[in-house]
Amino acid sequence: MQANAKITPSTLSLKDLPWQIDWSRDKCTLCGQCTAACPVNAIELGVFRKRIVEVDINAATQPGNIYKVYHGIRQRTDPAYHCVGCGMCAMVCPNDAIMPYHNDEADKLRFHLNRGGQAERRGGRRNAPAGVLDQIKFTRISMLTDPALDAGRHEFEMRALLGRILPPEENMKRVREHGWVPPVREIYPLIIGGMSFGALSPPMWEGLQMGVAYLNEEMGMPVRISTGEGGCPPRLLRSRFLRYVILQIASGYFGWDEIIHAIPEMKVDPCAVEIKYGQGAKPGDGGLLMWHKVNDLISAIRGVPKGVSLPSPPTHQTKYSIEEAVAKMIQSMSMAWGFRVPVYPKISGTSTSLAVLNNLSRNPYAAGLAIDGEDGGTGAAYNVSLDHMGHPVASCLRDCYLNLVKLGQQNEIPLFAGGGIGKNGNLAANAAALIMLGASGVQVGKYVMQAAAGCLGSETRRCNICNIGLCPKGITSQDPRLYRRLDAEDVAQRVVDMYVSFDTELRKIVAPLGRSTTLPIGMSDALGIADKAAADRLQIQYVV
Amino acid sequence: MCRLIAITSDTPQSPMTALNALDVMREGHDGSGVGLCLRDLGGPLEEMKDEPILSGIFTESGIRRLDGYMINLGFLTKYKISIKIPKVPPRGVPKRDMYLIRAYEYPEEWADMDQAEKEARLVNIRLALQEMGRENQDMIVFSFWPDTIMIKEIGDPLTVGKYLELGNEKLNARIIMAQGRQNTNYAIDLYACHPFFIQGFSTMTNGENTAFVPIREYLKSRGEPGYTGFYSDSEVFVHILHYTLKHLGLGVDAYKHVITPLQDGDLESHPNGDFLTHLKRTCRKLIIDGPNCVIGLLPDNTMFMTQDRKKLRPGVVGGQSGTWAFSSEVCGLDYVLPGRDKHTDFQPMHLDTAVVRPDRREVHICKQMQRLPRLH
Repeated sequence: MQANAKITPSTLSLKDLPWQIDWSRDKCTLCGQCTAACPVNAIELGVFRKRIVEVDINAATQPGNIYKVYHGIRQRTDPAYHCVGCGMCAMVCPNDAIMPYHNDEADKLRFHLNRGGQAERRGGRRNAPAGVLDQIKFTRISMLTDPALDAGRHEFEMRALLGRILPPEENMKRVREHGWVPPVREIYPLIIGGMSFGALSPPMWEGLQMGVAYLNEEMGMPVRISTGEGGCPPRLLRSRFLRYVILQIASGYFGWDEIIHAIPEMKVDPCAVEIKYGQGAKPGDGGLLMWHKVNDLISAIRGVPKGVSLPSPPTHQTKYSIEEAVAKMIQSMSMAWGFRVPVYPKISGTSTSLAVLNNLSRNPYAAGLAIDGEDGGTGAAYNVSLDHMGHPVASCLRDCYLNLVKLGQQNEIPLFAGGGIGKNGNLAANAAALIMLGASGVQVGKYVMQAAAGCLGSETRRCNICNIGLCPKGITSQDPRLYRRLDAEDVAQRVVDMYVSFDTELRKIVAPLGRSTTLPIGMSDALGIADKAAADRLQIQYVV
Repeated sequence: MCRLIAITSDTPQSPMTALNALDVMREGHDGSGVGLCLRDLGGPLEEMKDEPILSGIFTESGIRRLDGYMINLGFLTKYKISIKIPKVPPRGVPKRDMYLIRAYEYPEEWADMDQAEKEARLVNIRLALQEMGRENQDMIVFSFWPDTIMIKEIGDPLTVGKYLELGNEKLNARIIMAQGRQNTNYAIDLYACHPFFIQGFSTMTNGENTAFVPIREYLKSRGEPGYTGFYSDSEVFVHILHYTLKHLGLGVDAYKHVITPLQDGDLESHPNGDFLTHLKRTCRKLIIDGPNCVIGLLPDNTMFMTQDRKKLRPGVVGGQSGTWAFSSEVCGLDYVLPGRDKHTDFQPMHLDTAVVRPDRREVHICKQMQRLPRLH
């Protein structure tokens, strides 16, 4: 039998979609809130026809049919409008009449998300729930000679140093001779990683900044936040709060006109300057802000036309090689602030990270190295990069740290690790594991979105539409109708909650290990893992 | 937890005094081992203050290898103290062939050598002998340095002392450091027994150093041949002391600022705050996380006691002009100096370093919040 509509290769049934909407006609009051809230228009109002068999009580009369129509919700099967499983429909439904469910088999949609020859792009993370960080245990608990410390009562000084640390002899010589000593910042070891002003909505950005300011000024926690590429609102550049901010520059140089012009008017120096060479979520790719999010404000701050996609090239275009780029960028940025501001590169975790590190170890102006592993998040990337490219952060960081140990330069170039820290919710444990593997501190982005703003994205491919400006929670959208859903004050409150609770958990980890006066950087004797290969690779204990 | 006793006195004392004091404190140690460092020696070795003394434990074949090696280097034996040991050791003490204490004459070609070169060579010889001993299990070398004797053995301190007849007057010394208990945190190794020694610096401690691994990694990478061994998590204290004084040229007052720096708020109001902030940042890898009471000795025979930041370990200093004792328990102090004025006993707290200079006139207390002496 011929179908009465044309069936194309991209004609999908509900069964082919990753998320299926379960809607209950009995509970639905037809208020229409779900269809209004759906960011991708995956559901629409539908008119359905039904047949009722009518049997007369009088047996002599033949049964008949009545045809009626009723109104309800229909899920669209067009790949362009596929359900992303965000669950906003369920969140707004007054009667619990609707809910997305994950398909019980691999969906077919993935074969059709490249319409018009456009490879799939999305935000979020790699969407692989497992990871080595969660398997690491802290095995060296002080029990015999040294009783465990009390996380609630002892004093703790959990501070990371950001900036080049000279060898003690050299530092003393320079102090004696009034020479230049590289700037060093004492910061909290959990940094909010680079999420740009274009990627985040105004209330999200404002909420993060307010939260960070509160943590610094009221809670005494020197928390720092990176701007990501894309500049900074001019008002912030000229405020005293700039000291809590790490300005990021990437190969697009977006927003740097504003920053350079603001230098003479800056009341305080920024915490640091981070030069982004790579991002763990999409190693080898530059940043990508898709046109959906480039509105008036973003175009003004970035100095670009409105409504065009803003890809940063993967390399700094003015430079020939990474050695040259690192050296020149670090030196010129240092010089711009009179050598008072630490400047360091951020690279994606790859097998070539060691080469970059070796390069930095010989560069007297390099203030550190941030390494972003494969589980890092992004506002927009090609799916293939997100899912299949990159290096896990644990072994990449460990290699770099052990290399510094070999050179006798451990912690002279502080290493900051990012990428998937806390992706399963174990933020403090993951951070502590990385610190004991050799990191001076860690960077988190996605966790902050999830904890502070209620980002719905998950490791099972939920939502992931940060790129098209339709963030259902208003976190990564520049559309006022969406971002009004987010209250900056609430975000700030959650940022503070997140940090204070992280601090408690971190103490609960380091206190039983007997550490309190300094971060346990490189304390690898405390770590164990029930995976022989991982234990050998990371040079930690194998425990079963 | 270990028990410690250190004595510095104008008149040479018997090491047995220290071992008896350890015995008074025995409820704090399990009798699993003892370590002794004797300096500013009395007896016959007093006349040979500048000659290097080798101390260690040897087998018959080890001593032959040692002789061959030392003669090759041009060292001649000048004096030796024989320790006669009964054929059967007491229970818990291993059987050894020979405990060696031997003073050497420098080779002739060393005569014109400057002090630093001499000191570096002495360390290298000690390390070479230790290495040779490790290969064949026939030599255990504790020290090779002028005016220094070190003895370490497994077993109850007092029993070991009697067995080795350490009451022998030839072993009397003005400075005695003794520790009871073997290393228990890692594999048992005689080298892991306190006190530890490098180029005239010596430390011993009660407690555990939880920051051991990163500190060891950092010290090993400093390029100093003597920063080796690390059989105990506390061995790093003597190397940090050596590093602070020899490499950084700072005084004993600064040692505490390296191992347990002040917190940021205190640094802001400190008269040397700027310098100490630099020191804290650059020496961050050497910060101990305790808990430890450290008793240390400098090459000029200055003795000190200091505490970890949290002050989680006991330690007390007492005595009178001419004789002072540093002990982990007051009862140990009472045994050594029963007649002292107990009101002047001092228990260093988390900011203190108690120092007795070589003149042994008084206990000087360095407080971490005080101004540091000017650097020269």
